[in-house]
Amino acid sequence: MSLQVPFREKANGGVPGATKAVILVGGASRGTRFRPLSLDVPKPLFDVAGHPIIWHCLTAIDKVPSIHEVYLIGYYEESVFRDFIKDASSQFPNLSIKYLREYQALGTAGGLYHFRDAILKGRPEHIFVLNSDVCCSFPLNDMLKLAEEKDAEAVILGTRVSEDAATNFGCIVSDAHTRRVLHYVEKPESYISNLINCGVYLFSTDAIFPSIRSAIKRRTDRPRLGSYRSSDNLASSFMIDDDEESEKTEVIRLEQDILSDMADNKQFFVYETKDFWRQIKTAGSAIPANALYLQKAWQNGSTELAAPSANIIPPVYIHPTAQVHPTAKLGPNVSIGPRAVIGAGARVKESIVLEDAEIKHDACVLYSIIGWSSRVGAWARVEGTSTPVTSHSTSIIKNGVKVQAITILGKECGVGDEVRVQNCVCLPFKELKRDVANEVIM
Amino acid sequence: MILHQIEALAAAGVTDIVLAVNYRPEIMEKYLAEYEEQFGINITISIESEPLGTAGPLKLAERILRKDDTPFFVLNSDITCEYPFKELAEFHKSHGDEGTIVVTKVEEPSKYGVIVHKPNHPSRIDRFVEKPVEFVGNRINAGIYIFNTSVLDRIELRPTSIEQETFPAMVKDGQLHSFDLEGFWMDVGQPKDFLTGTCLYLSSLSKKGSKLLTPPTEPYVHGGNVLIDPSAKIGKNCRIGPNVTIGPDVVVGDGVRLQRCVLLSGSKVKDHAWVKSTIVGWNSVVGKWARLENVTVLGDDVTIGDEIYVNGGSILPHKTIKANVDVPAIIM
Repeated sequence: MSLQVPFREKANGGVPGATKAVILVGGASRGTRFRPLSLDVPKPLFDVAGHPIIWHCLTAIDKVPSIHEVYLIGYYEESVFRDFIKDASSQFPNLSIKYLREYQALGTAGGLYHFRDAILKGRPEHIFVLNSDVCCSFPLNDMLKLAEEKDAEAVILGTRVSEDAATNFGCIVSDAHTRRVLHYVEKPESYISNLINCGVYLFSTDAIFPSIRSAIKRRTDRPRLGSYRSSDNLASSFMIDDDEESEKTEVIRLEQDILSDMADNKQFFVYETKDFWRQIKTAGSAIPANALYLQKAWQNGSTELAAPSANIIPPVYIHPTAQVHPTAKLGPNVSIGPRAVIGAGARVKESIVLEDAEIKHDACVLYSIIGWSSRVGAWARVEGTSTPVTSHSTSIIKNGVKVQAITILGKECGVGDEVRVQNCVCLPFKELKRDVANEVIM
Repeated sequence: MILHQIEALAAAGVTDIVLAVNYRPEIMEKYLAEYEEQFGINITISIESEPLGTAGPLKLAERILRKDDTPFFVLNSDITCEYPFKELAEFHKSHGDEGTIVVTKVEEPSKYGVIVHKPNHPSRIDRFVEKPVEFVGNRINAGIYIFNTSVLDRIELRPTSIEQETFPAMVKDGQLHSFDLEGFWMDVGQPKDFLTGTCLYLSSLSKKGSKLLTPPTEPYVHGGNVLIDPSAKIGKNCRIGPNVTIGPDVVVGDGVRLQRCVLLSGSKVKDHAWVKSTIVGWNSVVGKWARLENVTVLGDDVTIGDEIYVNGGSILPHKTIKANVDVPAIIM
C-alpha cells in the first residue's frame, strides 16, 4: 500500500499555520437514537436555537482565522447537504464547505483516512475533527494555542462530568500539570477518570494519518478482537459473522482504535473546557442543546433573538416567518421555527416548535419538541420533565419506570383540544385524542 | 350546602333550627345571623364538647325541640337532594306513629343498610339489613327524618347512634315508617360525591328552568348548568361548563377553561388555567396555565403555582404547590 502522506516536512512544503476542519456527520443508518426526529431530517441538520446542529460547529470554525476549508464527511446521500452547504457558504464567506461521501460507513477514523488526499491538499499543518453530535462552545482557538505551545501531535477537548456519568464516555487520564494525556479508554467498565472526551480533536497532519495507517495495519495483521478492550465490545464483536467481519475491517474509529495508542505518545494533550458541553444523541437531548446554544447567543448579545418583554422571557428565538400572538408567553429557552403559529394565551417554555407547527390558544407546552406541521389543540398540555443541569441522560425514572424526560411529537402529529400529553414520544402522523403519559406512541 | 337545607326548611314552615356541630363553630356563626334575617327563623348552634354520635346531639338540643309538641326534622348535613319537607310532614301526621325516615332507591343496595317493610304494609319498617348479600329490598336510609318529641325519651345524653340504637327500638314498637324520596339523592361527604352532588343539583335547577343559572346565551357558557354568583368576575375568552359553580367574589382570569368544578368564595383562577373535577377552596389561587383534574381538592387559602399540574391532589389549607402532583396524593 503506498501512501501519499507528507511527513514532518514543515520547512519544505507544509504551509505553516494552515488549518482545515472536518465535521463527522455520520449517515442515515446512524442517528437511530434521534428518532422520531431523524425520520424526517438527518440529525446534523436538525434545528436547535434556530439553526442546524452543524451550523453551530461552522460558527465556531469560522472564528479560527487559519481555517478556510471545511469538509463534512459522512455517508448520507449527496443531495442531503446540498441546500445547507449553499446557505452556509453565503453565511460564512470565508469558508469553503464540501461534502465528502463515504461509499460505506468507514468509522470516524476510516473516513478521514479515505479522504486524506483531499484533506491534505494545500498541506495544512493541523486539522480539527468535530463530531457533529456534540453541543458545546467549541473553544477551537484555545485548542490551537495549546497545540502550538506544546508542539502537540494531538489535542483533545475534555470536560469534567459526574463520576456516575463518566463511564458512558471516553475517559481521559491526564497529567494535571503538563496537561499531557497519559491514558485513554472508551466507555470503561469501571471508573477511571471524570475527565471525558468531548468529541472534538485537533491533530497534526503529520501524526494522525500515520497513526490511522498503523491501526489499519494492525487490523489486517491481527484478529479484530485484539484491538478491543472492554467486554461490551467483545460481546458485540462475537456476534459479527465472518462475511460481515471482512467487510467491516475498514471500520476504524478514532475513539477505540486511535486515541489509546496516541496516549502512549508523549505529544497528546487535553484542553479542558469549563464551558457547557452536551452530547446530542437522543432526540430529547435537543432540548438541553437548544437551551445552551440560546443562552450562549443571549450572552453574546445576538440580534437574532426576540427582544425580552412581559411575554418573552429570554432567551427566545422566533423565526421571522413565525406568527406569535401578542398574548402568548414564550421562554426561557424556546425556539419557534419557520411559519409556526402560536395562538392567543398559549404558553411555551423550554421547548422547540418546528416548521409549520401550530399551538392553539391557551395551550401549554413545556420541555417538549413539537414536530414539523404538528398541531396542539386549545387548552392542551404537552409536557416533559426538566432534568438537572449536571445530568447527561435524557430519561428519568418515574414510579420505578424509565421514561423519556422530554415529550416529542414527530412530524404531523395532532393533540386534541384539552388533551394532556406527558413524557411521551409520539411517532409521525399520530392523532392524540385522549390523555397519555409515559408512553411511546407508535 | 347547608343553605339549601335551611331554605327548604323555612319554605316548609319551620321556625327554629338547631345546628349540631363539633367542629369550628365560628365558621358557621358568621353566616347564621344573615340567614335568620333572610328567612325569618331562629337558628341555634348546639356544640358538642365531645362527639355524641348521631342521636346524642338531639338530646342535647331537647329544650329547643320540646318548645312545643310539633314534630321536628333531623337532617344529615352531607346529603343533598330535592328536600320534600312539606310532603314528609303531611305523611308523618297521617300515620300518627313516632317517626318517619326518608328512603331512597339505589341500584346497588348491597353497599348500604337496606330497609325491609312489615309484610302487607307499605311504610311501616320491619327491620334493617346492613349490607345485604341477597336482595331484600332497594330502599336505603337517606339521612332525613321527622320525629315526634316523644322520641327524645328514647335517647340518653351519651354517645349514641340513631341508626344502631334508636331506630331498632322504634322498629320493635312498630313506631317507624319510611317515606320514598322522589328525584335525586346523594351523600356528598366525600369530595368526589360532592362534585357529583353539585352536578345533580345544577341539573335539577336546569330542569326547573331556574333563574339562578347563568343563561347559556353568555358567550363563555359551554354546555349549560353553570351557576355564577353575581359578585364573581369572569375574564375574556373563557369557556365555562358544564356543571360549574362559582361562588361570591371569585375572580376568573382570561382564557380560563372550567368544567365540573366548584370555585368557593374568594378564590382566584388565573389566566389560561384549565380546571376539571376540582373543588377550589375559599381564597385559594390557581396559577396561570395550571391544570387541575381528577378530583383535586384545594383547602382554604391554597396557592397553585403557574404551569403546575395536579392530578387528584388533596391539598391541605394554606399550602403552596410549586411542583407537579402527577399521581393522586394528599399534600400536607
